[in-house]
Amino acid sequence: MALVKLDNIEAGYGGAPILKGINMEIEASDIGVIVGPNGAGKSTALKAIFGLLDVTSGAITFHGENITNALPDKLVPKGLSFVPQEHNVFTSMSVNENLEMGAFIREDDFSDSLTSIYDMFPPLKEKRNQDAGELSGGQRQMVAMGRALMSKPTLLLLDEPSAGLSPRYVLEIFEQIVKVNASGVGILMVEQNAQQALAFASKGFVLANGQNRFTGTGKELLADPEVAKSFLGG
Amino acid sequence: MNELIFFVNKVLISGMVLGSIYALGAVGITLIFGILRFAHFAHGDVMTLGAFVTFILTSFASAMAASMGIVTPIPVPILVLPFAMAISAVLVLGIDWGFYAPLRKRGAKPVTLLIASIGVALMIQGVIRLFSGVGSRTFYVDAPKTIFRFDMSFLGATRKIIVTEPQFWMVGLTLVSVLALHFFLTRSRLGKGMRAMADNAALAQVSGINTQLVIRVTWIIAGALACLAGTMLALDVTLKPDLAFNIILPIFAAAIVGGLGHSYGAIAGGFLVGFAETMSVFNWAVLLRPFKGALPEWIPNDLSIVPTEYKLTVAFTILIIVLLVKPTGMFKGVGS
Repeated sequence: MALVKLDNIEAGYGGAPILKGINMEIEASDIGVIVGPNGAGKSTALKAIFGLLDVTSGAITFHGENITNALPDKLVPKGLSFVPQEHNVFTSMSVNENLEMGAFIREDDFSDSLTSIYDMFPPLKEKRNQDAGELSGGQRQMVAMGRALMSKPTLLLLDEPSAGLSPRYVLEIFEQIVKVNASGVGILMVEQNAQQALAFASKGFVLANGQNRFTGTGKELLADPEVAKSFLGG
Repeated sequence: MNELIFFVNKVLISGMVLGSIYALGAVGITLIFGILRFAHFAHGDVMTLGAFVTFILTSFASAMAASMGIVTPIPVPILVLPFAMAISAVLVLGIDWGFYAPLRKRGAKPVTLLIASIGVALMIQGVIRLFSGVGSRTFYVDAPKTIFRFDMSFLGATRKIIVTEPQFWMVGLTLVSVLALHFFLTRSRLGKGMRAMADNAALAQVSGINTQLVIRVTWIIAGALACLAGTMLALDVTLKPDLAFNIILPIFAAAIVGGLGHSYGAIAGGFLVGFAETMSVFNWAVLLRPFKGALPEWIPNDLSIVPTEYKLTVAFTILIIVLLVKPTGMFKGVGS
């Protein structure tokens, strides 16, 4: 059974729909990457899954359960986590408190999750008592991902995790994403660095104008001359 | 030495008392602003309402104690205060449920909520006047206020440091509340969730933080602290329907000076405005009196910065200066 499935989704912010019939399917072992030009509805697709905007038709299922238009505070306990592109850390709170907020819904002891996040992102351990607002862009992205992982998700949604990062950090974040996936968490992410991201994607979705244009494995899409010409800059 | 004692009585003690009241009020305003993003103009009247709740409970409790012949070791108003704070918390939850929550549900803008809160302010005042009339009341009907006089004769002073019992309690309870709030916000999960929501409401929602619960807790804390502040103010002066409506503006100034949305800033701002008010109406010439012989003739007998009637302007002067020099407030506040 698919981990998450979008079946002919139409969604928007109340006006004209931005997504006009999107289909996607991700398994727990997958890293799904959504690429496409600006305004294609890439981030909108993630937000639609996470209940941040109105889905007007179609259905979203997660572990076989219909979660269409469910709100985030219901979705997080079900195992869904979302890292927004911007404003994705609590700037006035310490790194440690940011991670604790990710575990807000958990009633059990989450100290082992904290340890594993600090193992995953060693720079954060040194700065655990520093305010997240004082960190560099790359470290903030680590805090944001760490926060999202604290709720022990089975599907992690990432909105442009590499936006605004230096090339060194982009690679580091991508490596961590692959590691997180290897630990059994399905990944669905939007990415501007299409070439790099599709290289490790097990599933790639090219969106344009609110619709699916191409779907395949990352390698297939990279090899497809038409995709390369229209969406990957030749 | 007498002059120094006079200074302590008029500036330090009065400043502490006024600062405590401002701080407790400003914390509520700043918490509500941080979580719900609107200026709660009815907060002064919530303070008054809290004071009336304490007054009613005190009347009942005193009558009961008298009929049973019990003499309480601590003053009855202080004794019933925890119950009054709980009742006030429930009342503000009701106000939120009845007036603000429906507007939020419709996605009302902050300015709409602000205007609604002015309506709520007038309504609370009206209801109080309806039941209690427009006159002033005092908590001290049977027994006079206990006044502590600290003998300072070992310093060679004939004047005494004077603290009334309610003032003593007021400063003590403010310290306890501020400490309790500090531990709540920094140690408890819900307190951290409150800070998270004030910091970034969208991300708090995405993290699965129960924002409705956070809103309720915010009202409970703000309502309870407002009741404490209102009761203290009523104990220090008298109880009347427009008790705290008159000080809502300096309280707002305190919250803004501290950085809106920042609890510690509100406390610091409260004391800053409180001390500034007492210091600026204090006649500094008093402190120069012992040196009168050595000073030139032209120094006037009245060196207060502003006359007492203009006390209210002090808060705004501080507000304007802080906003000019550091627009985010002393501590960095949240944007609107």
